[in-house]
Amino acid sequence: MRNMRMPMARRRAIAVVAAVLLAGGVAACGNSDTGGGDGGDDGKLVLGFSQVGAESGWRTANTNSIKEAAAEAGIELKFDDAQQKQENQIKAIRNYIQQKVDVIAFSPVVESGWDTVLKEAKDAGIPVILTDRAVDSADKSLYKTFLGSDFVKEGRLSGEWLVENKKDATGDVNIVELQGTTGSAPANDRKKGFAEAIAADPKLKVIASQSGDFTRAGGKQVMEQFLKAHPKIDVLFAHNDDMGLGALEAITAAGKEPGKDITIITIDAVKDGMQALADGKFNFIAECSPLLGPQLMDLAKKVHAGEEVPPRIETEETTFTQEQAKEALPNRKY
Amino acid sequence: MSDAGNRFRTMLGHRLFWPVAVLVVMLAANTIYRPGFLAIEVNNGHLYGTPIDILRLSAPLILVALGMTLVISTGGIDLSVGSLCAISGAIACLYISRAPDQNNLVTVLTALAMALGVALVLGAWNGVLVSVIGIQPIIATLILMVAGRGLAQLIAEGQIITINSGPYRAIGLGHLLTLPLAIFIALAAALLVAAFTRRTALGMIVESVGGNREASRLAGIRSGRVVFLVYVVSAACAAIAGFMMTANVSSADGNNTGLWVELDAILAVVIGGTSLAGGRFYLGGTILGALIIQTLTTTVYAMNISPQTALLFKAVVVIAVCLIQAPAFRAKFRRRRPGAPPPPQPSPQRQKEQVPA
Repeated sequence: MRNMRMPMARRRAIAVVAAVLLAGGVAACGNSDTGGGDGGDDGKLVLGFSQVGAESGWRTANTNSIKEAAAEAGIELKFDDAQQKQENQIKAIRNYIQQKVDVIAFSPVVESGWDTVLKEAKDAGIPVILTDRAVDSADKSLYKTFLGSDFVKEGRLSGEWLVENKKDATGDVNIVELQGTTGSAPANDRKKGFAEAIAADPKLKVIASQSGDFTRAGGKQVMEQFLKAHPKIDVLFAHNDDMGLGALEAITAAGKEPGKDITIITIDAVKDGMQALADGKFNFIAECSPLLGPQLMDLAKKVHAGEEVPPRIETEETTFTQEQAKEALPNRKY
Repeated sequence: MSDAGNRFRTMLGHRLFWPVAVLVVMLAANTIYRPGFLAIEVNNGHLYGTPIDILRLSAPLILVALGMTLVISTGGIDLSVGSLCAISGAIACLYISRAPDQNNLVTVLTALAMALGVALVLGAWNGVLVSVIGIQPIIATLILMVAGRGLAQLIAEGQIITINSGPYRAIGLGHLLTLPLAIFIALAAALLVAAFTRRTALGMIVESVGGNREASRLAGIRSGRVVFLVYVVSAACAAIAGFMMTANVSSADGNNTGLWVELDAILAVVIGGTSLAGGRFYLGGTILGALIIQTLTTTVYAMNISPQTALLFKAVVVIAVCLIQAPAFRAKFRRRRPGAPPPPQPSPQRQKEQVPA
C-alpha cells in the first residue's frame, strides 16, 4: 500500500480525478438499464436521445416517458442529459453518429446553431427527430419530423372553452392574463391562440396582461395588483398552472372565491394544477403533455423502416374540466 | 426667507433626500394614474391595500440587502444570496413536506433551524474562501451562486415542493397587529443589525476594514475575522428571506426562488448610498432602496405597463436615481446653470425631468 504514504491532498486529488473519470465513463455508456450491448447485432432498433436537462417536474416526466416507452417498444435507448448546454448536446449527437445508431432524437436546448451537426447526421444516413422544441434551420431536409406540443392550439382551446362557457353571460366579461416569460415561445403562442379564439365573442375583453415569469411567486404578485386595479375581474387566463396556483392565494386574500367569483383557465396540467382543478379552484386546463415517449418510439420505427412521416406531429393532448380532472387525477404521472 | 432657504439646502444635501424624493414621485404618479393606489382598507381583520403589498413583498429584499450592505461595506460582494434563498427554502419545505403533521410548530421550527444551519455553513464557506484563502469575493461567491442553485434543485429533486403548513405560511403571510408578519421580521433584523453595528464599535470596524484592510489589521483589527463574519451574516439574512419567499407561495421552487435577488440587493445597497468600493455604509438607505425597487415592480403591474417595455422602464428609473445621487453629475448640472453656485430653487424641477413616471 504505497498509497498510504502519499500526502493527504494528493490522495484526495487522485480520488476526485478517479471519481470524475468514473462518472464520465458511466455517462458515455449511455443508458445502463437497457443493457450494455452496442445494438445492431441483436437486431434491435437503437435510438440515441439527447435530453435538454432536468430543470422541472415536466422535464423529468418527459424523460421517464421516453425511457419507459423505449423499454416497452423493445427499442434500445442511448440516453444523454445535456444539462442545458448546447455543446453537450452536439457532442452527444456526434457520439451517436460515431456509434452508428439507427435513429437520433433530441430536444434542442436553443433554436439555432444546429445545421452543421444535423448535416453530419444526414451524411451518415441517420434520420433525426426533434421533440418538444423546434430548430430554426432553413433546410427542412436536415430532420425527418418535429414531434411536440402546439402552444398556439393550447391557447386556442382555452379560449374556445371560455367562449362556450360565457356564451350566456350578459355584459362585458373582463379577462386578466398572466403571461409566461416575456419573449418565450410558449408565452407568445399561447397568448396568440387565446386572443384568436376569444375574438369570436366581442363581450370577452382582456383588460390587463402581465408577465408572471411562469412562476408561482410571479403569478401571485401580479394578480395582487390586478385585483386592486380592477374591481371587476371575471376570468383569469394563466399561461401555466404554477402562475395560476400563485394567483389562487391572491384571489383568496382579496376575499373572492377562485373558481366561482373568478373563472380560472390554465395550461399544462401538472399534478398540483390538476388537484386545484379537481378541488374546484380552477375551471379548465389545456394539457401540455410531456408524455410523448410512445409516439416517439412509433415514429422512430417508422423513419427507420423508411416510411414517410409528416414534418410536424403534435403531441397527443387533451383538455380537462373539473369533472374530468377528478377522474384523471389518480393516474397522473407528473 | 434665508433661514428657510438654508434649511431647504441642508435637506437637499441629506444623502437620503433623493431616494425619498424618487419614492414619493413614484407613489404620486401611481396615485394620479389610479386614485385608489394608496387606499388601505380593513379586510378580515387586517390591513389590505397596495402599500401593504409593497411593504410585505419588499421584506425579503430588505433582509438580503441588509446582509449585502455589510458585505459591500468590507469591499466585498455576495452573489450567492439568491441561491442561498433557494437552498434554505427547499430544505425547510422538504423537511415539512415529509413530516407527518405539517402544522406542528416543533416540526416547522426544526425545519427552520436545519435550513438556517445549512445556510450558516455555506456562509462560512464563502467567508473562508474570501478571508482565509483570499479569493476575490466576486469569484468566491460566484461558485455558490451557480452550484447552489444546482444544490437546491437536487434537494427538491427537480420538482416544486408544495406544502400545507399553517405555521410556515405565517412567515410569509401571517399578520401581527393587522400588519404582515414579514414586515416585522425584516424590521427586527434591521434593528438587530443596526444595534450591533451602530451601538458598538463593530460598524466602524467593518467600515475601516472596507476602507483599508491592511491598515485596519496594522491598527489591531482582526480584518480576516470581520470579513468572515459578514459573509455568515449575509447567508443568515438570505436564509430568512428564503423562508419568506417560499412561505409566500407555500412551495419551494429550486429554479426560481430568489432568482436574481442578488442583483436587486446590490442595487438597493447602491441606491441607499453605500459605495461598492467599500467603507461607509447606510442601513436606512438600503431599506429605502429595497422599497424603491419593490415599488417600481408594483408600479409596472399597477399601471399595466407591457412586459416588453417594463424592463426598459425600470432601467430608465434606476439610471435616473443613480444619476441624481451622483455628486459629480449634480455638480456638472449645477455649473451649467447661470447664477449662484448652489441654486435652492430649480431642484424640484430637475427631479421631475429625471424621473419619467
